Amino acid sequence: MKKLINAVEDVVKEQLEGMATAHPDMLKVHFEPNYVTRADAPVQGKVALISGGGSGHEPMHGGFVGKGMLDAACPGEVFTSPTPDQMYEAAKAVDGGAGVLFLVKNYTGDVLNFETAAELAYGDGIKVQSILIDDDAAVKDSLYTAGRRGVGTTVLAEKIVGAAAEAGYDLEQCADLARKVNQNGRSIGIALTSCTVPAAGKPTFDLGEDEYEFGIGIHGEPGRERLPMASADEIGEKMALAILDDGPYTRTVREWDNESGDWVEKELTDPPFKSGDQVIAFVNSMGGTPVSELYAIYRKLAEICENKGVTIARNLIGPYITSLEMQGCSITLLKADDEILKFWDAPVVTPGLRWGA
Amino acid sequence: MVTRDQIVHWLEATAVVMKENKEYLTQLDAAIGDADHGINMDRGFKKVMEKLPSVADKDIGNILKTTGMTLISSVGGASGPLYGTFFMRSGMALASKEELNDEDLFKMLKTGVEGIVQRGRAQLEDKTMFDAWSPALDAMQAALDNGQNTHDALKAAVDAAEQGMKNTIPLIARKGRASYLGERSRGHQDPGATSSYLMLNALLDTLENE
Repeated sequence: MKKLINAVEDVVKEQLEGMATAHPDMLKVHFEPNYVTRADAPVQGKVALISGGGSGHEPMHGGFVGKGMLDAACPGEVFTSPTPDQMYEAAKAVDGGAGVLFLVKNYTGDVLNFETAAELAYGDGIKVQSILIDDDAAVKDSLYTAGRRGVGTTVLAEKIVGAAAEAGYDLEQCADLARKVNQNGRSIGIALTSCTVPAAGKPTFDLGEDEYEFGIGIHGEPGRERLPMASADEIGEKMALAILDDGPYTRTVREWDNESGDWVEKELTDPPFKSGDQVIAFVNSMGGTPVSELYAIYRKLAEICENKGVTIARNLIGPYITSLEMQGCSITLLKADDEILKFWDAPVVTPGLRWGA
Repeated sequence: MVTRDQIVHWLEATAVVMKENKEYLTQLDAAIGDADHGINMDRGFKKVMEKLPSVADKDIGNILKTTGMTLISSVGGASGPLYGTFFMRSGMALASKEELNDEDLFKMLKTGVEGIVQRGRAQLEDKTMFDAWSPALDAMQAALDNGQNTHDALKAAVDAAEQGMKNTIPLIARKGRASYLGERSRGHQDPGATSSYLMLNALLDTLENE
């Protein structure tokens, strides 16, 4: 293992110290428990948006804290969910009286820890809402698995809902928008190499020089299949079609009900893409793949979208939700209406995303 | 009767067992999960040991609740909130108790497991810790109904938990990270069912030794 680290156990802490030093104008870092907040938190009267998860996906989530996006991010150890005390303390720190919305990626650890935190925050009189992001089309069914994982749509949801909160949406409106974004976004990822978790010291999985993993998760979870290495066009086409040809997806999610003070289950079905849709297209590097290769994938994606009658209204290309130094990429398509596009275009000032201001 | 000291000794014994089985649990987790269950459980119970002296003279409900909060904030992953909820709920059910009768001990385990189910939404044969807890509670209930004493009822529960743990081996996981492996999750014993068996067995050991 060759990495720019001092001590394995200090990786997360030192990263946070570096962020605090680099971006005092945008964010503040709290240690023990670890969380990152906007520099001007709490913003009175505004819904506070909180996300979090294991570290190793930078710039997500800490790099998306700032005006127009997240109010707080809770980083766990590398690829390990944060604990509820982090989200609970972060919620208390950023609640401006309008409540907090948790955006939770669908991993069992993240879900259980965020649910516990939501109960603690509610018990303290904070209005909470919790929306699950589960957009990984690589996972076929939800009946016999923990369901689709939360991947690329998370970045888009944080941007869009963050802008809506900034514009004065209340908690239920923010939750409805987050749910809508999640239901209209789908992703697929591939890996050319594994990655190495510092604490493990060795690659998470083995992948031959002449093969790639199709449908990889952002922690190296196994994908749909392992295939012989192919060209950018072949891989790009297979990825694009895995999203565009994917059927409806149904599962049951759990959301918090502030009136009864309990969880309620909702069955949600995501519609498939169809000709005539306009989308935000997000081509993301897993960390080790250069931007030049992302453009090769985007070139093919744009061609296939055109053939399918899908209009790319906006795009985002670069490393935003990574998997340490893994070589590979993901594509996320988000069907976008005027509401979604308006908030996508709204100003954002964070270390990881910045435009319009 | 189970005394407050015995509950404290159970938690201490659990910490020792988790330390001893740190590598074993992590290996089980490496096969179908993310190879950190033993590390996480050991870290969590080490923290419980640090916290325990400050509440060891409090009532049993308080001790269990403190254990739950400590596990929740130190274990991480899925097992942190699950075991944390187990102890928080059992602590709430036994608020202000200084000692436990047979019924209380069963109630402690039952309400704790109800908390696990509520949090994790696991069903029988999903290949989770519930596959150890569920038969254990059934066996204990049956033994108590038959008029057996605490020790014998707990012994029946531990035997059933061990069998339940072993029964997870041929199952396909339907919860947690292991579920993405589908067929490939077959043939491996569930790490959570294993740590649950170890925890219950530590309770029996503690009561037998005192």
